[in-house]
Amino acid sequence: MNALLEVNHLSTHFHTGAGIIKAVDDISFRIREGETVCIVGESGCGKSITAMSIMRLIEGPYGKIAGGEIVFGGRDLLKISKEEMRRIRGNEISMIFQEPMSSLNPVITIGKQIMEPLMLHKKMSRKQAYARAVELIEMVGIPRAEQIANAYPHELSGGMLQRIMIAIAISCGPKLLIADEPTTALDVTIQAQVLEILRKSKEQSNMSIMLITHDLGVVAEMADYVIVMYAGKIVEKGEVVELFERPKHPYTRGLLKSKPVIGQRRDELYSIPGQVPNPLELTESCYFHDRCEHCMAVCETRQPKLTKLENGHQVACWLYEEEGRQHG
Amino acid sequence: MGEPLLEVRHLKKYFPITAGLLNKTVGYVKAVDDISFTIYPGETFGLVGESGSGKSTVGRTILRLHEKTGGEVLFKGISIHDLPKPELRKLRPKMQYIFQDPYSSLNPRIRVGDAIGEALVDHGLAAKEEVRDRVLEVMEACGLSAYHYHRFPHEFSGGQRQRIGIARALALNPDFIIADEPVSALDVSIQAQIINLFRKLQQTRGLTYLFISHDLSVVEHLCTRIGVMYLGSMMEMAPRDELFLRPLHPYTKALLSAVPVPVPKLKRERIVLEGDIPSPANPPAGCKFHTRCPFAVAKCKEQKPEFRHAGNDHYVACHLA
Repeated sequence: MNALLEVNHLSTHFHTGAGIIKAVDDISFRIREGETVCIVGESGCGKSITAMSIMRLIEGPYGKIAGGEIVFGGRDLLKISKEEMRRIRGNEISMIFQEPMSSLNPVITIGKQIMEPLMLHKKMSRKQAYARAVELIEMVGIPRAEQIANAYPHELSGGMLQRIMIAIAISCGPKLLIADEPTTALDVTIQAQVLEILRKSKEQSNMSIMLITHDLGVVAEMADYVIVMYAGKIVEKGEVVELFERPKHPYTRGLLKSKPVIGQRRDELYSIPGQVPNPLELTESCYFHDRCEHCMAVCETRQPKLTKLENGHQVACWLYEEEGRQHG
Repeated sequence: MGEPLLEVRHLKKYFPITAGLLNKTVGYVKAVDDISFTIYPGETFGLVGESGSGKSTVGRTILRLHEKTGGEVLFKGISIHDLPKPELRKLRPKMQYIFQDPYSSLNPRIRVGDAIGEALVDHGLAAKEEVRDRVLEVMEACGLSAYHYHRFPHEFSGGQRQRIGIARALALNPDFIIADEPVSALDVSIQAQIINLFRKLQQTRGLTYLFISHDLSVVEHLCTRIGVMYLGSMMEMAPRDELFLRPLHPYTKALLSAVPVPVPKLKRERIVLEGDIPSPANPPAGCKFHTRCPFAVAKCKEQKPEFRHAGNDHYVACHLA
């Protein structure tokens, strides 16, 4: 499989009155054609900023992509003009957000909002676009498509709106769909429907999905490849089965252990002590060291780099330094 | 199990829908429609359901934050909704409420220590010079440090704010706490800390909880008995093991199968429900769930199923179960 998207040493910084926040700090990964890559992490770890950086939606003057490259289909998205980027956005790469209500225009009908990218990118006539919009609404499993096309966003429920967002996102047949916590605001039964639709539309078009979530259950269900982020850094990445069966980084292990799982009875949940570090007070240490039960002297003074282990598994932790050398 | 701590009998809460210039009532949203359950001392009773199922309204109506439409709520045998206001106020410290988003329930201009101690002073439960010590004690029990006393709410992270919310409820030394989605807004690692805190406090202080949540895995972990709500009605109620190992209602089964499990490549039989939860202003006739139920038969559309005992303290409202 070829790499569709390659992110190399991406850093995105925010300049605030109190100092520079390195929201995304030198991360690299790639997404292959037809692959679903999940980015997991807690609030503030930089997973959404990674997505925004790929879409070039980081707003100046405070936010700035400080370095690295984002190669998509042979072009570096950070080097192309604004005009070229506009032609890619919503066309070759599209995005779904957590809050569908705030991403749709409340005074424009659903149908028109689905038609907009079709007319803009695919140069369809109004009539063609309308027909396609109705088709798309049916495709995401909403009955009475014609009627819905003429409805306004407030007339639909959250689950339906999120499906409309998916319809808009896949309307132009994108090669990459970025979904930022698409089911977080939804009930479990609706979440199951939405994940099903994402899976189906991926199968139909060999689209790649970059799914951002904090729910490890969703990750296990959807991902081919998983990236774990903490405080702006990638701490671990690997194939989904490998990562869930042999998690390496103490943070990943902690996350997996602290989630209550149906059918698994435990007296007490494991909990990672402390909390995420203040992004303004990061030092040269491993960012996780003050919450880590395996913390060693080296962890407090030097930051570990991602090292390769077996089965393509990569982890940034001093515990695996020796093991990493063997796998070179 | 002894005397019940809380008895909810045929509780109803309807919100009027008004329209027109004169605000004429044109209908009702039946947010809670004839719900009964009992909570015994030391128990954690879980109330689960999707958004709009009325679970929060149940919690608020129990504490008389809403006036009921029908039925009654007995706390230690005292009917809460029949008490005159001054009497009710005296009872309030014994029943506390913890909200999903503690930030919006804390005054941004009041220091955290004062916010936690406020109710103690208001209810005259502690002398002025005692208040500080009492506050520091509950703060410590909730995992907050003494130097947090003089800080403002905005200086805290989500998990710590929830600790403040819990400390605030706990300061009054209550017997019964209603926790409404207390961990839903928190990250996984912080969520585990707060869940453990709930459990620890229950063991050390003998608390009884009504735990409202949409997250079945959290409910399974924390609760001893669980009620499943849908559109204002109780669909199923059972002790934890009964409910999770032998769910009887198709809605419970669907809910359980919809929860993603963190085991990759696990093939599960999933019951994917069609459509959305119907509007509570115009609920379906017969069984309220029949529009989304994969097993619905003709009877379900016409006749409302009775909430009946199915053995082992397991109650269910379904014609087929």
